[in-house]
Amino acid sequence: MTKTRSPIRSNVGLKAVMAVTGILLALFLIAHMLGNLKVFTGETSFDHYAHWLRDIGKPLLPGVWFLWILRTVLVVAVVAHIVAATVLARRARAARPVKYAHRKKVNGSYAARTMRWGGVIILLFVIYHLLDLTTGTLNPVGDASKPYGNVVADFAPERWYVTLFYTLAILAVGFHLRHGAFSAFRSLGQQTPRGERRARIAALIFAVLLCAGYLVVPFAVLTGLVS
Amino acid sequence: MNLTLRIWRQKGPEDKGRMVTYPVDDVSPDMSFLEMLDVLNERLILAGEDPVAFDHDCREGICGMCGLMINGDAHGPQRGTTACQLHMRQFKDGETIDIEPWRASAFPVVKDLVVNRGAFDKIIAAGGYVTAPTGSAPEAHSTPVAKANADAAFESAACIGCGACVAACPNGSGMLFTAAKLTQLSLLPQGQPERYTRVIGMVDAHDEAGFGGCTNAGECTPACPKGIPLNTIGRLNRDYLAATAKGANNTPGS
Repeated sequence: MTKTRSPIRSNVGLKAVMAVTGILLALFLIAHMLGNLKVFTGETSFDHYAHWLRDIGKPLLPGVWFLWILRTVLVVAVVAHIVAATVLARRARAARPVKYAHRKKVNGSYAARTMRWGGVIILLFVIYHLLDLTTGTLNPVGDASKPYGNVVADFAPERWYVTLFYTLAILAVGFHLRHGAFSAFRSLGQQTPRGERRARIAALIFAVLLCAGYLVVPFAVLTGLVS
Repeated sequence: MNLTLRIWRQKGPEDKGRMVTYPVDDVSPDMSFLEMLDVLNERLILAGEDPVAFDHDCREGICGMCGLMINGDAHGPQRGTTACQLHMRQFKDGETIDIEPWRASAFPVVKDLVVNRGAFDKIIAAGGYVTAPTGSAPEAHSTPVAKANADAAFESAACIGCGACVAACPNGSGMLFTAAKLTQLSLLPQGQPERYTRVIGMVDAHDEAGFGGCTNAGECTPACPKGIPLNTIGRLNRDYLAATAKGANNTPGS
């Protein structure tokens, strides 16, 4: 039998790509969440931290090089994640050309069922989020030298719809991670029943902690805890 | 029991097919699901109509021949049970039951509820065997096997190849079948020499047949009449990644 496609393009290979890129993105999410929590240390400290992010690697790397290396890695990871997901979704659709007249969901969790559309929602949110707090285009203040001010203006009580959108997007991320984190372990060869139980519990705890860590910032601004 | 059946009727592979409604009266709750279909077919034949074609053979849940999507459940509502072992007492009097064939591009409909599962044979042919002549059953002590491995291999070996995993999978993936047929060999000493060529050959044949990929959604194990565990697919993933990393020649049996 001749080789039909390279291993990375097999269904197993593409899932491994999704797992590795997903883990990279999840690690970034952890760092990002911890950075966000600096908002509780006050304006000076938070702004100092935000400016420091641009200088990581100095003097080894000039200027904002580290930041751009990080951004490149993240963009490559996001693109690879989406390409692999799209190829797999198209194959899955082609694998069942005639739908069932009577179909019910037996076992799959809400998180597992919504991975694909949830991923699309997260992508749209990330685009908005970059325009909001990275470029400042959609931010009411949008002053790159005052990240603290941008955040506080963003989640002001009269802009409740922004907070609502952020909340929904973070919950979408949480659901995506709840299935995604477990699925990544499985795709990379997690193989015992006991390990499966542990991986599922770990994924759930990770998703809940990450959601809580992200949501506490906008709600702190909304309730006036951070102003 | 009086039932209303809505059954997928399709004259042949080229026919478009449709759901047709049949009222079936006087069904005994002690009948198996297939016996109930036999009763319907006898009545259809007496009325001069074409009987409903469906696959069946041993009718004791071990051959893997029967396979019906019953009200959206592969093999019906009872877990760990093939359609032939499902009894009508699982249904209520007056109920409407939808019966469809397995739906997958790799399993084309031959007629009515009969699908061609030849794609599974191609997966087996691509590596689901041990090349060395093994002769008769060896003395059990001559080749030690860890108890955990023996148990896991036995769980995999329980696969009857019915295709319920594919039918239930939202991606139309045959990974549970492929993983079961792989691990029943890869967990045992006899399966080691061809372990890494086997996995590449079988996954290749799986993809080539047009099955979708596994997203770990977990729909297959509850549908599986033998309850083959989901983590079996993890064993396949690990072997596949290891084989790829080793750069194994993908010719099975080489």
